[in-house]
Amino acid sequence: MDPQIIIARRVARELRDGNLVNLGIGIPTLVANYVPSDLKVFFQSENGLIGTGPIPEQGMAHPLLTDAGGRPISALPGAATFDSAMSFGLIRGGHVDVTVLGGLQVDAHGLLANWMIPGKMVPGMGGAMDLVSGAKRVIVAMQHAAKGKSKIVAKCTLPLTSARPVSLVVTDMAVIGFPDGKATLLETAPGISIGEVLAVTEAELAIPDTVPEMKI
Amino acid sequence: MKAVSVEEAVAMIPAGASVMVGGFMGVGTPERLLDELVRQNKAGLSLICNDAATPGKGVGKLFDATLVSKLTATHIGLNPKVQQQMLGNQVSVDLVPQGTFVERIRAGGCGLGGVLTPTGVGTLVAEGKRQIEVDGKPFLLETAIRAQFALIHAFLADYLGNLSYALTARNFNPIMAMAADTVIVVAEHIVPVGVIAPDHVVTPAPLVDYIIANG
Repeated sequence: MDPQIIIARRVARELRDGNLVNLGIGIPTLVANYVPSDLKVFFQSENGLIGTGPIPEQGMAHPLLTDAGGRPISALPGAATFDSAMSFGLIRGGHVDVTVLGGLQVDAHGLLANWMIPGKMVPGMGGAMDLVSGAKRVIVAMQHAAKGKSKIVAKCTLPLTSARPVSLVVTDMAVIGFPDGKATLLETAPGISIGEVLAVTEAELAIPDTVPEMKI
Repeated sequence: MKAVSVEEAVAMIPAGASVMVGGFMGVGTPERLLDELVRQNKAGLSLICNDAATPGKGVGKLFDATLVSKLTATHIGLNPKVQQQMLGNQVSVDLVPQGTFVERIRAGGCGLGGVLTPTGVGTLVAEGKRQIEVDGKPFLLETAIRAQFALIHAFLADYLGNLSYALTARNFNPIMAMAADTVIVVAEHIVPVGVIAPDHVVTPAPLVDYIIANG
């Protein structure tokens, strides 16, 4: 299975009925495709919408209805629109149950860096700092390693997104949590051994007695 | 409120002015005003806008014409021209977390000196800012933002200047419409008074100085 789809399917299992959820750009966006149909989940787009729906059919896009990347979307029955102060009040105020974001680095204490590479890439933080500071649960959805280099590091070398640790990291190889502030291997991806995860993880990982295989 | 031509409206904006522009990735942006700023070559602008859109779209047009010398924004990643102009020191860019950006503008429009936010504590954003504890929790003091001009996109404007917005084109527009000395509006439709029901007016008429006339 495609690594991105493994990640998206596993993250989708974290969502609960009635959750208000914000999905970031990239792998997180794919999560919406794998939510079980019997679950009622509200997706927020931080440009001012709760109830984001699929990409409209050819020729049916509305120029004033887009996602946070400016791409046309639709709105589901029961959707609500609002201004940016409300949108970020929802985010910072703890009303968003789950945010799923991409990451550049997550460290052994769960701190996330995902908004700039000094001297190389300075896109800006957009809504990421507010989301990580304010959402009830913060899930990072990212590849375990980039170009053979672990993205789960001992200590972030890139500028932090927040001083608040994330709740969970889901990669194509593992699920990692931070009980007691310490990176802990909670699950391995199908066909991946604990040894294989450790071999490509820079941060020290605590290994519980049982590490189940990811259900996707 | 006064109805003016787009040429007259932009003629009021001096080169070097501070200008807030509504919109999110160019959605909900008053394009006609931006086109006219380019045509009248209003350079040295201090621009306050959520993002830099993309080249050729929204405020991206101002960067295509190199009219901006200072940008306050939350995200510029989808406009390579801004990145080039930033690295070439033609534009100074102040990056602000999006929730902080909108609250600073809201504060500017509501007579507040600023806001206390947990966002950015312990990050690069905190550098040079006062940190204040409230009930044992750390917050950053983020000061208010105002501008000389706010350029607003609305869906409906009535003859008095009451405004309503559509879908995700609302974004920063109603917040910015409170935070500038002069508020100039481009509406998709100008409608008789009463078409926008009182409960549906988002920006009340007294906040609006100029509406760009049709034609």
